[in-house]
Amino acid sequence: MAIDGSSAILEPAHHGALPGGTWRWLTTTNHKDIGTLYLCFAAVMFLTGGLMAMTIRAELFQPGLQFVQPELFNQLTTLHGLIMIFGVIMPTFTGFANWQIPLMIGAPDMAFPRMNNWSFWLLPVAAALLIGSMFLPGGAVAGGWTLYPPLSIQGGISYDMTIFALHIMGASSIMGAINIITTILNMRAPGMTPMRMPMFVWTWLITAFLLIAVMPVLAGTITMLLTDRNFGTHFFSAAGGGDPVMFQHLFWFFGHPEVYILILPAFGIVSTVIPTFARKPLFGYRSMVYATASIAILSFIVWGHHMFTVGMPVAAQLFFMYATMLIAVPTGVKVFNWVATMWRGSLTFETAMLFAVAFVCLFTIGGFSGLVLAMVPVDTQLQDTYYVVAHFHYVLVTGALFAIYAGLYYWLPKWTGHRVDENWGRWHFWLSAVSVNVLFFPMHFLGLAGMPRRIPDYALQFADFNRIASIGGFVFGASQILLLIVIVKCVRGGEPAGNCPYEGAVGLEWTLSSPPPYHSFATPPELE
Amino acid sequence: MNADLGQANAIVMRRLLLLAAAMFGFGFALVPLYSIFCDITGLNRDEAQVLARNTQVDRSRSVQVQMLSNSENGDRWRLLAPTGAIAPHPGELVEIEYELDNLSDRPLVGRAVPSYAPARAAAYFKKIECFCFREQRLAPHEKLRMPVLFVLDNRLPADIGVVTLSYTFYAKGES
Repeated sequence: MAIDGSSAILEPAHHGALPGGTWRWLTTTNHKDIGTLYLCFAAVMFLTGGLMAMTIRAELFQPGLQFVQPELFNQLTTLHGLIMIFGVIMPTFTGFANWQIPLMIGAPDMAFPRMNNWSFWLLPVAAALLIGSMFLPGGAVAGGWTLYPPLSIQGGISYDMTIFALHIMGASSIMGAINIITTILNMRAPGMTPMRMPMFVWTWLITAFLLIAVMPVLAGTITMLLTDRNFGTHFFSAAGGGDPVMFQHLFWFFGHPEVYILILPAFGIVSTVIPTFARKPLFGYRSMVYATASIAILSFIVWGHHMFTVGMPVAAQLFFMYATMLIAVPTGVKVFNWVATMWRGSLTFETAMLFAVAFVCLFTIGGFSGLVLAMVPVDTQLQDTYYVVAHFHYVLVTGALFAIYAGLYYWLPKWTGHRVDENWGRWHFWLSAVSVNVLFFPMHFLGLAGMPRRIPDYALQFADFNRIASIGGFVFGASQILLLIVIVKCVRGGEPAGNCPYEGAVGLEWTLSSPPPYHSFATPPELE
Repeated sequence: MNADLGQANAIVMRRLLLLAAAMFGFGFALVPLYSIFCDITGLNRDEAQVLARNTQVDRSRSVQVQMLSNSENGDRWRLLAPTGAIAPHPGELVEIEYELDNLSDRPLVGRAVPSYAPARAAAYFKKIECFCFREQRLAPHEKLRMPVLFVLDNRLPADIGVVTLSYTFYAKGES
């Protein structure tokens, strides 16, 4: 702000009074409002994608066709994947970034508040296109979230709508990433050198670079798909000399970094929550930063492990196998550091900490099954089986989603001004943590026994484990209602949180009141 | 937000937008780049099929195959069989070529029908590609070379030493 003479710090006044109701939310440029919007959008999408998952598990409860026909089943698996990735995990992390990054680095807002508004409001449009395609003739996309040709070239109008939805979501992500990078690079409080940034900010900075590097590649790839479908090009259509395998190469060049886009902010959250409740500084901060960066860089050279079975030369299989295994090293550094942070700390197990500890244990299981799948001869057997389904659900549900829960329980008091109801939280945690394992662990056995993914019916020998998984699924789904109750209770009222409800928490956000003022850090805070 | 910061932010945004645009282009560039990469390294080029070897060839014996043709109406067209006999091993993939000449001033449409001697060899004569599967259309005085791709099943009875393959061409609309 321009400080001339006496008109100095009247800053918030010139923003005037807030417009009320819908108009406020449509036009808001405030990072806290937009963060809230992202989180609410993600919550709605989570319920939508969750209902689809419940339908899938109901259908798989026993062999034969009970509730949905195969066409609809395939649409549900496809939409469940797209919605959970692009509609839940990514927007939630962006919501966290909007709320927390300016507070954590002492900035008054994001760098480009209007663009921030636009990034958010593109998302409901994309979601409407994606979900609306279900109600068109032919139904929604049924070829899997990866949109492999030739199916994605031959499908109906819903494929075009899904491609547009992905274009829009990609544009939204790129704008969000530009905003986050610029904010972090240019708007840190004086004295906050890069190596003094909170770990959550570091992980988001690296994630945002990944987004800018690979979302345009996805946009290009699905543009080629679009022109193949509508304008007679033959990038992927074998009939015209194109190569369907080329699509897989391009898609996974985006897709693998995307996997880390979905998990790096989770690492950041867990690296924030664990030190608080261990009442110790994060062990090996510097190695955490380097490990995050190495994971991001390595993510660009491992895409081939998603497509070992397409008929790849042995040299390429070996390269992708070894490169993939290499990622276990920086990931191992991270897990070591989290455990070392807890080592001899004065631990307390608030709900946020419970989810963070569960993350460390269960994400590691997902990481190990990833190592198993990295081996070419094993992957050749397990490609497209439930083992893969078990692997990526351990990484994305007990990994990314549990970290999101940890972050929600951790920061809700800051956002609402009220402490979380720990009783309800503990119920939510224990029900979720037990049922999620009942849901996904048997899938390892199903996959090893050869049950293929994305099929609504299965052979009789798979019946028992599927029934167990379905029961786990229903309990897990129902437990999430407890989370909604916790959030609503926390927003409505509760024990005041004060500036900082945790004795072990450090960081600029805890110097502000809870909830923080609408315009915070109008004057940059001083770091000692 | 002061002017300096606004300007600094705009610079970062421009660079990041440039990066995004470059990566969009890179996605398209990957299409030829993959091909170039494989050309340079030789990956997926020559040795890709190295492991695909036919293990079903019975090298202990060979069977003589005689190829004949009947021109049913000698002045309008001519069907020429490959000259000479061949003696492939059972299980071996063999390609031969017949030639069909339209001798007249009119278009020729018709179909060839195969026959085998001895007749019980027919069950073991596996044709992968044959002109007899399709209707042939020839312009006046056109010559057409037509491949046959076949494998003699290695379960062919040992007492069959010679197989005769014969084609007769029938024009459409003529008896």
